[in-house]
Amino acid sequence: MRTPAALILSLSLCGCSHLQPQPWVKAYERGHLADPVMQLERSAVAGKYISHVYEAREAARGADGSAGGGCGCN
Amino acid sequence: MAVTREMLNDLGSDPLVRQIFRKTTRAFKKTRGFTSVPEYFFNIERAGKLAVYRIAKYLIATVFCTSLATIVNAAILPEESADLLFHAYDGGGVTVTGPSVLVRKNFKDTASVHANYYTDMVSSASIDVLTAGSKYSEQRTEYSTGVDYLNDTTIYSLGYTNSSENDYVANTVNFGVAQEFFGDLTTVTMGYSVGDDTVKLNGDESDPIQFEANQKHHRFSLGLSQVITKNWLAVANIESVIDDGYLNNPYRSVRYLDDGKVSYQTERYPQTRNSDAIALRSIYYLPYRASVKGEVKFFQDSWGVDATTYELKYVHPWTRSWIFEAKVRSYSQSQADFYADIYPYKNFQTFLARDKELSQFSSTNFGLGVTYKLPKPPLAFLNNCTLNFYWDGFQFNYDNFRNALLSKTPEEGKDAPYKPGEEPLYHFNANVIRLYFSAGY
Repeated sequence: MRTPAALILSLSLCGCSHLQPQPWVKAYERGHLADPVMQLERSAVAGKYISHVYEAREAARGADGSAGGGCGCN
Repeated sequence: MAVTREMLNDLGSDPLVRQIFRKTTRAFKKTRGFTSVPEYFFNIERAGKLAVYRIAKYLIATVFCTSLATIVNAAILPEESADLLFHAYDGGGVTVTGPSVLVRKNFKDTASVHANYYTDMVSSASIDVLTAGSKYSEQRTEYSTGVDYLNDTTIYSLGYTNSSENDYVANTVNFGVAQEFFGDLTTVTMGYSVGDDTVKLNGDESDPIQFEANQKHHRFSLGLSQVITKNWLAVANIESVIDDGYLNNPYRSVRYLDDGKVSYQTERYPQTRNSDAIALRSIYYLPYRASVKGEVKFFQDSWGVDATTYELKYVHPWTRSWIFEAKVRSYSQSQADFYADIYPYKNFQTFLARDKELSQFSSTNFGLGVTYKLPKPPLAFLNNCTLNFYWDGFQFNYDNFRNALLSKTPEEGKDAPYKPGEEPLYHFNANVIRLYFSAGY
């Protein structure tokens, strides 16, 4: 009984190691992703400001980073 | 191919190169005492220029992959930099201008401290103000500071923001965690912020503060960044906001019919507001050196407002010095359940609102931007200096907010051009400018 249990355990562990997701984009393949043209927002200070404009003029808020506090926008 | 000192100096000024240099050669630097990227390379060059070239090629490739952290993962802290921004908003009778200064300093590659000073100088003669008040000017000042702490593949963030104007004070504390998985291809972020605001109604000199109330805000956010292919990145963000307290603008009024004429009473909002927003963003590297970004965001709140945002952006570099971008953004929302442009009589319902931002409307936004990288920094200790200019044009079209100024009696004895509730729908255009200088050091 011990042998099959050990066999199953060892196979499971082997299986687990194979099942671990491996990075499918290798480190040397990420040159395009690191190009400045691929930044979602190129400047924190400028991005924060335009988010503040959106939140001041629209009822929607959230899911695009913090827009700070206060109002001063009517 | 010979590697010149100019080439390496240029390489060393690149923030991406500096990041990988900082991360991968920290131990090496300690033992050899090198202090800069060029020095690092030239010390190696003593062992042979061919080796330098090979190492440089390897490092550049590694830099590009590892510095991805600035975009999608949390393994590296943000680059040290100083940003000086001038911003201007002009539209609908409102002008808002001011500076913003952001400085970030890193310590031992494990901690990053940042501080931001921001000012809004507001001059308002908006339709809200002119309908039931008079033109005013005020200033809002915001200070924020925070620290990011890096531990292996996790970044912990803590921040504080204080915003004050003569009739509104806001204090916000935020916490955040970012964790990367699967060989840096996946990053999960979580955030929470709590805000405590004081709302005031200013009066005259004899009674400077006529009214004071409190608001509380809780924001919960969850984000997922995923590298899908070597050219494609996708990000999902969810954020829920809970507001509690006095959520009105104490200066704003609603209008109602009173014997065929218009009268005004103060707005009355619910004491709570909950909202959820989900945004999906994706950016793709085109077959040539340029990118296209798409974004869609859905929003819903407990006041009955549903909103949808779409954005498309194209970014195109030119030589090593210029990056151009163009975007178009579309936004539309439904109105709050209790909103009305004009009520049939006083106290028509429990909650009353005539804030045009709670009405049904749509807006279109076109934007252009240009970044110029200075060939030489103005000061010796600076690097990677850029000048940036962004213009955004907005057009707002309201579906249930009328131009109430046109039903006001212009002079005693003269009739207004329109009857209340029959005025043309309101619309206006706005321009937003962001001009900033950014420098690494």
